[in-house]
Amino acid sequence: MPDRAKPVLEVRGLKTVFRTRGGHVHAVNDVSFALRPGELLGVVGESGSGKSVTMMSLIGLLPSPPADVCGGEVLLGGTDLLKASPDELRRVRGARIGFVFQDPMTSLNPVFTVGNQIMEPLIRHMGLTKAQATERAVELLELVGIPDARKRLKAYPHQFSGGMRQRVMIAIALACDPEVLIADEPTTALDVTIQAQILELVKELRQKLGMAIIWITHDLGVIAGIADRIMVMYGGQVAEQGPVREVFAQPQHPYTRALLRTIPKLHGPREAKLEAIEGQPPILTAAPMACPFAPRCAHAFDRCRAENPARRSIDTRPIGDGHDVACHWHAPATQEVAHA
Amino acid sequence: MLDATTAPLVEVKNLKMYFPIHSGLLRRHTGDVKAVDDVSFHIMPGETLGLVGESGCGKSTVGRAILRLYEPTSGSVRIDGDEIPALAPEALRKKRPTMQMVFQDPQASLNPRMTVADIIGEPLEEHTTLSRDQKLARIYELMDQVGLNRAFANRYPYAFSGGQRQRIGIARALALNPKFIVCDEPIAALDVSIQAQVVNLLEDLQDRLGLTYLFISHDLSMVRHIADRVAVMYLGQIAEISPRDALYTNPLHPYAEALLSAVPEADPSGAQKQRIILKGDVPSPANPPKGCNFCTRCPKVMPVCREVEPKLTEVAQGRQVACHLISPL
Repeated sequence: MPDRAKPVLEVRGLKTVFRTRGGHVHAVNDVSFALRPGELLGVVGESGSGKSVTMMSLIGLLPSPPADVCGGEVLLGGTDLLKASPDELRRVRGARIGFVFQDPMTSLNPVFTVGNQIMEPLIRHMGLTKAQATERAVELLELVGIPDARKRLKAYPHQFSGGMRQRVMIAIALACDPEVLIADEPTTALDVTIQAQILELVKELRQKLGMAIIWITHDLGVIAGIADRIMVMYGGQVAEQGPVREVFAQPQHPYTRALLRTIPKLHGPREAKLEAIEGQPPILTAAPMACPFAPRCAHAFDRCRAENPARRSIDTRPIGDGHDVACHWHAPATQEVAHA
Repeated sequence: MLDATTAPLVEVKNLKMYFPIHSGLLRRHTGDVKAVDDVSFHIMPGETLGLVGESGCGKSTVGRAILRLYEPTSGSVRIDGDEIPALAPEALRKKRPTMQMVFQDPQASLNPRMTVADIIGEPLEEHTTLSRDQKLARIYELMDQVGLNRAFANRYPYAFSGGQRQRIGIARALALNPKFIVCDEPIAALDVSIQAQVVNLLEDLQDRLGLTYLFISHDLSMVRHIADRVAVMYLGQIAEISPRDALYTNPLHPYAEALLSAVPEADPSGAQKQRIILKGDVPSPANPPKGCNFCTRCPKVMPVCREVEPKLTEVAQGRQVACHLISPL
């Protein structure tokens, strides 16, 4: 649960622009958030909302050009990753921040054995000998629930099923005991029964290891089951952020509300008609001068089309700690709190 | 709504679709991938049958085999009185207008070199003798029906978003006034906020045009919303067919139960009941287990399940289940 502990990772005012010959795309626009030790932050949004680009920007995984991380700070235990040299970044990636990608087939190298790929970060980052690394790799595969671990080290990725490959990816990400694990749609490519296995595994691992996790998904159901806090992104910005129960119980942003209503329910009364969000997500070719959701918002008024709303806390808690929303509807009722 | 005396529009009996495996130097036939293995169901006129299951369970193959996009290995498929697998090529071509398909990937299923008007008009070209003006009028009418702006008729598919492309695919399927449409994961490639738009459109069209759908999806919540009855498939066979509400409130087959419990719900209050976590992965359809094909993962497996294959039997009004636990030998 979010507490007052010092954040392990703090992002302030992050901006990423893709500069291409066809024009600029403002993919991430002034995104701020903090991740506390042991916390699971769920990041939701549709394709193009900037959720993946935000996380890739943090650790310098975007090819530049065209990507230009042109503003903000990313503080990992006091050091600003945006100012770090490529060498320093390399030491952070894999060792202090682990990454799990969506597609476990394309993110594992098909020509190396799984053992080889788990041992690589151990030897590189932790300076283990090959024998020590092998032992640790066996331990890791057992941790993520792969039976017959020692034998499976010699297997190639294609010899694993989708769910098992994702377990291997998690093992690699956990290899060096990272402080932060970033999981980008880790269960989207998997079937529901396999997804349920992976979600269960992550819950177990959190209890055992206690690392902080950022979990990117478009599936609100997944977030509801595992996250402590949720950050809803739309059009490259944070629309709403808060403790997961509060946001689901009392969504403040019209987009969050619409998104929750648009999903059909598995239990309870069946809806006669789904409430669709009409229109299309924005194309971010210009730095937003208005609320990105305004064209699709049922409540939009003049100010929404003229001014991009700042994030405001809906109660007295500072932004990042409590529940905040970027919507002009909330402007009169609550006082504006400057970015922490 | 569904009157017991009307005949089903679609009746599938013992449908099998095997894909041969050839191996060795002489490419000898050494086995079969049993993608669909003895599947039977019916769909009433105006009804939506949901077909759910995990990837590789054969649900898309069922959809393709009943429209004869694949030549089924054996079995009977009657659509509106015609025995589809037995139709001669010319008769099948004449039959095509009544049965259409909406595909999963609107990117891959639309020809990038054809304009929207050409794509929607192609079936009209092939199957009708309309004049140019009549054809254009029909294309505009279809574009209105699916909510596409007429002004975009001469644009190419790349200029449209995923949701709009899916509308083009739906307009094309509607062009010849079909009675029956197979919707193969029509919303899987779309964003959440766009999915509802497309599903609402499909429902509107069904009300207005009296369409019958086979709605293939892995999204159990969406199937609950759109389907009247639901068939749950596992490894090429149907585990359970039940009316929607009966299935979602009280799934009988252990796989249906596990599948439903695995769906994460957008409700963080912890009200969701205990999940059933299935162990292991789906076996290969080239080498399905002996007995019940779910016996390797079933939490309620009994010795008989590993020996005898359970048959799909009616266990309650309109509910058919293939499980030894529900209908003992």
